[in-house]
Amino acid sequence: MDPDLQLLLNGVVSGLLLGGLYAFAASGLAMSFGMLDIVNIAHPALMIAGAFSVVVVGTALGLDPLLVAVLQAPLFYVLGIGIYSVYHHFFERRGEEALQGLAFFFGIMFIIEVGLVMAFGPEQRFLDPPYAFVTLRLGEIDVPLRMLVPMLLAAAVLGLLLLWLRSSFTGLAIGAVAQDAEALRLMAIDPVRIKRLAFGLSVALAALAGGALVVVQPVEPTSGQIFIGRVFAICIMGGMASLPGCIAAALLFGVVENVTATFAGPSWSPAVAFGWLLLMLAVRPQGLFGKAA
Amino acid sequence: MHSTTRRDLGRFALGAAVGGAAAGAFPAFAQSANPIRIGFAMALSGGLAGNGRATLLAYQIWAAEANARGGVLGRPVQLVFYDDQTTPGLVPGIYTKLMDVDRVDIVTSPYATAMIAPSMPVVMQRNMCFVTLFGAGVNEVFKYDRHFNMNITGDNMKETYAKGYFDVAAKLPTPPRSAAILAVDNEFAQKAAESARFHARQRGLRVVYDRSYPPSTVDFTPTVRAIQSARPDVVFIGSYPPDSSGILRAASELRFNPPMFGGGMVGPQLAAFQAQFGPILNNLINWDVYSPEPTMNFPGVADFQEKYRTQAAKEQTDLLGNYIPPYAYAQMQVLEQSLARVGRVDQAALAADMHASEFDTIVGKFRFSASGEWAEPRNLFVQFQNVRDGDLEKYKRPGTKVILAPENLKSGELRAPYGPPGA
Repeated sequence: MDPDLQLLLNGVVSGLLLGGLYAFAASGLAMSFGMLDIVNIAHPALMIAGAFSVVVVGTALGLDPLLVAVLQAPLFYVLGIGIYSVYHHFFERRGEEALQGLAFFFGIMFIIEVGLVMAFGPEQRFLDPPYAFVTLRLGEIDVPLRMLVPMLLAAAVLGLLLLWLRSSFTGLAIGAVAQDAEALRLMAIDPVRIKRLAFGLSVALAALAGGALVVVQPVEPTSGQIFIGRVFAICIMGGMASLPGCIAAALLFGVVENVTATFAGPSWSPAVAFGWLLLMLAVRPQGLFGKAA
Repeated sequence: MHSTTRRDLGRFALGAAVGGAAAGAFPAFAQSANPIRIGFAMALSGGLAGNGRATLLAYQIWAAEANARGGVLGRPVQLVFYDDQTTPGLVPGIYTKLMDVDRVDIVTSPYATAMIAPSMPVVMQRNMCFVTLFGAGVNEVFKYDRHFNMNITGDNMKETYAKGYFDVAAKLPTPPRSAAILAVDNEFAQKAAESARFHARQRGLRVVYDRSYPPSTVDFTPTVRAIQSARPDVVFIGSYPPDSSGILRAASELRFNPPMFGGGMVGPQLAAFQAQFGPILNNLINWDVYSPEPTMNFPGVADFQEKYRTQAAKEQTDLLGNYIPPYAYAQMQVLEQSLARVGRVDQAALAADMHASEFDTIVGKFRFSASGEWAEPRNLFVQFQNVRDGDLEKYKRPGTKVILAPENLKSGELRAPYGPPGA
């Protein structure tokens, strides 16, 4: 095979695998930021909290990190409900969610980061399952299980979530609350309850993504900062309230990053990926799958 | 009944914060009988906290020992420190407070170049003698004659840093003809890469890949694959811990086994990294500052490491202390020895003494140059050998991090290519 073609194919495949991780990390934000209009800047920090929890529990019990991530998701769902309840009580209810709400989530982010440093120290933490050191060779294409397995979990979770959002009454209500919360009241549905549930789900998704991240790379308390720009960009690029748009944007972001890194060098990756975001927003301001206002 | 208002909670939080800061910043407050107060900012949280916390533990061990000996100049030693959160913007304010409000007697630096640079103007304004830790050519810009840097890189990093790596490369069974260079976008790594470029040119190697990457890079697979496709004989990487993990993982997954791989990667020196990567580190040749080889068994270093290792787990810092801690301890020995010779806290006299004297520390004997760097650079290049698992015990003994350069500290022979046996 032509070496350049081989590089391109490998760049695309590794980009799709990386995009799977980005989709996992950004999907929770697509719910909180995109659907609920809550600028949860602490989302990546919650993801890292989930990752640390996976490392601690997985190491203590000798369990697979992804299994621990799935098992702990309900706890993070409850945590999300708690966070939203505080946010709603002190900010949203009073109409002070814009700046003060943002400051609230900034505060949560710092508390999580400092809390993790105090509890676990600033060192990298890891929990490598045996398959993390295995690479499949499909002809000229390398597929490391370290990237593939988390992507498969992401595909399964996001597929189920999408199905639930489209087919269940509560799922449809979450979609509706993104459009018109007051109209929901007229249908005897409490929008606060729906938002609380959706925010809980978004935090559970963050914790699941944290488990996936542990398989991909070691984590440290400040690892979330790497993802802040990316997950918000992906969320906006996908069309804010659109989960399929978020997934598509994440895959595209991963492919653009990795193909650029292959051929132009890694220092161009973020510039090209974010430049592409700007270009796309200029042409299609509502994002990939967003609806024009 | 008194109900707690939000204002009450705010007062309580403020009181707790002030009390906590005082307790943390002045741990030796109770014993102070006109103590010598040494002030510094240190990364106790944020990206550099791993090494920051290890540094603080080394300082605390030195301070405890100094106080047990009766203090310095007959006065107890007190450490006054604040967390700079690995945020350069906080550093000038901290040093202003240390010198103007806390009125410390001596200031030492935060950890590493990015944090030292913003402290320099404030320290220079007060004409303080300033012993820094692991800066990389900071004083090239400031040219401050009271600056002394505890780092083995010495003056002229461009010509000295990567010399040992390319000296080792010259001993490969097949003489190398090409090199690849990859470095993260930060000052230290870029200077390391500049040195690698210089030596590759000097030795007639063709540079077939020369790129930088941003610190936010998540996946290194495409980058390592691009290097692999250029087929270099020698690969020089300048990276920081999270990136070093990704690069080594990618090299392992792609079965990339060039004759020589490594360079100036920060990460493989640390215990957590060594525990995680195990045999993937085999035959990696990397820059380092200390290895427990017989050629570096300086007086006092084994005792210090024993003390450090008994406290490291409790302090949640690097378990081995093979990287920064001996140098942090030695930094304080420099201050102690200079103060003993001068006999008083006199910033000008201390600086003059540091320029003139040789220091005998747990990391060996050395002098400072006119610019305050080590007069004789001592960049080590070590090779990981015989690594079968992530057990850390072997890193306490000779034979795992074998020194290949410089020649006067060499403790073993080069093995090539990079990669675990049979890779």
